[in-house]
Amino acid sequence: MLTYLGSPQLPSDDKRWKIVEATARRHGREPNALIETLHTVQEAFGYLDDIALKFVAMTLRVPLSLVYGAATFYHYFTLKPKGKHTCVVCTGTACYIKGAAGLLAAIEKTYGVKPGETTPDDQLSVLTARCLGSCGLAPAVVMDGAVLGKVGPEQMLARIEKGIRHDH
Amino acid sequence: MTIEELRKIAETEREAEKRYQHRVCVCTAAGCLSSGGDHVLDAIRKEVAESGMKNEVLVKGVGCMGLCSAGPLVSVETEGKMFANVTPEEAPDVVGSLDTGAGGPQECPTNVPFFERQKKIVLENCGKIDPERIEDYIAHDGYLALVHTIAERSPQEVIQEIIRSGLRGRGGAGYPTGLKWSTVAKTGEQEKFVICNADEGDPGAFMDRAVLESDPHRVLEGMAIAAYAVGAQKGFLYVRAEYPLAVKNLKTAIRQADRLGLLGNSICGSRFSFHVDIRLGAGAFVCGEETALIASIEGKRGTPRPRPPYPAESGLWDSPTLINNVETFANVAPILRNGAAWFAGIGTEKSKGTKVFALAGRVTNTGLIEVPMGITLREVVNEIGGGIPDGKKCKAVQTGGPSGGCIPEKHMDLPVDYESLKSIGSMMGSGGMIVMDETSCMVDVAKYFMEFCMSESCGKCIPCRAGTQQMHGILARITAGEGTPADLALLEELCDLVRNTSLCGLGQGAPTPVLTTMQYFRGEYDAHVAGECPAGVCAGVHRGGEEVAK
Repeated sequence: MLTYLGSPQLPSDDKRWKIVEATARRHGREPNALIETLHTVQEAFGYLDDIALKFVAMTLRVPLSLVYGAATFYHYFTLKPKGKHTCVVCTGTACYIKGAAGLLAAIEKTYGVKPGETTPDDQLSVLTARCLGSCGLAPAVVMDGAVLGKVGPEQMLARIEKGIRHDH
Repeated sequence: MTIEELRKIAETEREAEKRYQHRVCVCTAAGCLSSGGDHVLDAIRKEVAESGMKNEVLVKGVGCMGLCSAGPLVSVETEGKMFANVTPEEAPDVVGSLDTGAGGPQECPTNVPFFERQKKIVLENCGKIDPERIEDYIAHDGYLALVHTIAERSPQEVIQEIIRSGLRGRGGAGYPTGLKWSTVAKTGEQEKFVICNADEGDPGAFMDRAVLESDPHRVLEGMAIAAYAVGAQKGFLYVRAEYPLAVKNLKTAIRQADRLGLLGNSICGSRFSFHVDIRLGAGAFVCGEETALIASIEGKRGTPRPRPPYPAESGLWDSPTLINNVETFANVAPILRNGAAWFAGIGTEKSKGTKVFALAGRVTNTGLIEVPMGITLREVVNEIGGGIPDGKKCKAVQTGGPSGGCIPEKHMDLPVDYESLKSIGSMMGSGGMIVMDETSCMVDVAKYFMEFCMSESCGKCIPCRAGTQQMHGILARITAGEGTPADLALLEELCDLVRNTSLCGLGQGAPTPVLTTMQYFRGEYDAHVAGECPAGVCAGVHRGGEEVAK
């Protein structure tokens, strides 16, 4: 591995790399800043691609294998870009016993995507959350940031459809 | 900062509040935010401004009031009234009710068991103070314990006080807090750390989030007192990245405390310095385990390591490290303020104080509650929780999340404390409490938790990595109607193996939901093997001869 005395060159002149740089710098480019830096990348770019992983590895002087290891170990990080819209179905215990599995089945039936997948036209990504902590609203779904509580399959599908159609 | 200066801030803040005729508090914690609490706050502020009552009505955003199922909640502190399910359109009604005493929107009675049976220590400020203003916290006796402690007590005295109070770890295991502190304090090392474990990963548990969002200074004060007692200079708050509001409020709180000299270098003019930094979790349940959490703060994959050595002797960067849960730290300031005897007077012989639970599932009142230790589960579910809706019957209560067990209805008269819950195969856990009625299939619930543990297993030790896979496979077979009696025997054997040979609490606890459901609901397992799901939940399993369509 190459050792850099200064900071490595930014992958492109995209301003977002400077934000990533700043996080690394704030932590003194110590290897323990790895997770914090990956968080910044994901916040800025939405996901972690190869270029980002390599850049983080060089900036913090951490082997690429460890960077990749951390990026794939933690569920919060994603290596794939998300679709235009995201629908998060809570699968916490309270939501589960109130029918979250039925909601996921309805989505799969209508859009043909399982949790973690994106429709081929990049319109909709379906995710699950371990627990949104909105157990009073169980079962809960978050469509593009808006929480739908005590929701049934039809109501949820209508809301997803509305979200997607809104763009067209 | 001296005690006089602190008192002055508190006095000024209280005076300022008193000038208002009415105080309207709107819940803006995550529970009510998801039903639009922020819009309600804006609408009420606007309404107050438009009707020219700005000098009479104080409107503030506060933390969690507890009854999340009736959110967004608005409380009029000065009149002791509370409104439920408030919409932004109802803002004029809320404001209109102030002077005229008119009805206003749907009122939420506060003289019901849900509020009256609770005992609030950890949550005493939640829903009362503005979490984004340190002055409000100080006006509610905040930082008094810290300033007093630094000025008047030796670290040894602080530890003795915590030992006498009988406080035990609220993360679930119940290790005596004072003993942990004294172990860290006794190590001769120069560099020590204090870590607050806020990686609340149990599905169905949101106690720590509510405390961090609603009363962040309380946790910081507890951490600072702990650091003073054990001789640490640096602290980390390990918070889930999924809790953006908690992170935001904590960042604000740390900045404010730094500015007033309640954190940072030479606190209150003493030689004690304490710096706190936030570290974000990244969605790994196993990071709630202390050694995995330490690895994560060090920037590595969050995998646990064998103990001993315990973090108290060799933790973060091999230095002695004190790790406590959010709720444990939140108990520290009240104990030092009111004395160990006061705290020890609450609860049972071995479990002192209160416990916060996130009550959810098939129960009328869902939300956040704090009850004295020793209360029975039946009181919690039937009185505070308001019983089971739709005339259904309670079947089981699940405590302790994926590492805890399902407690059947017949054991509901057991007191809630560490020992009692353990004696029936469950555990206190961090505070998730899910009520299930007859529509829940216990085998399906066991499968749900096993699926969770399987996907959250870090993969370091074989019993957990392979064992959870195998157990999940068997449970999936049983719920699909393809199980055999031999499967049940194998499942029991695997439970025993995984429980006794796994490296950390995740694997050791993973069989608990299966073991307790097998112990108390064996009939349901047998019924599945015979081809019937009594609750009618499991697809592929017949019910009374006909296929259940789901």
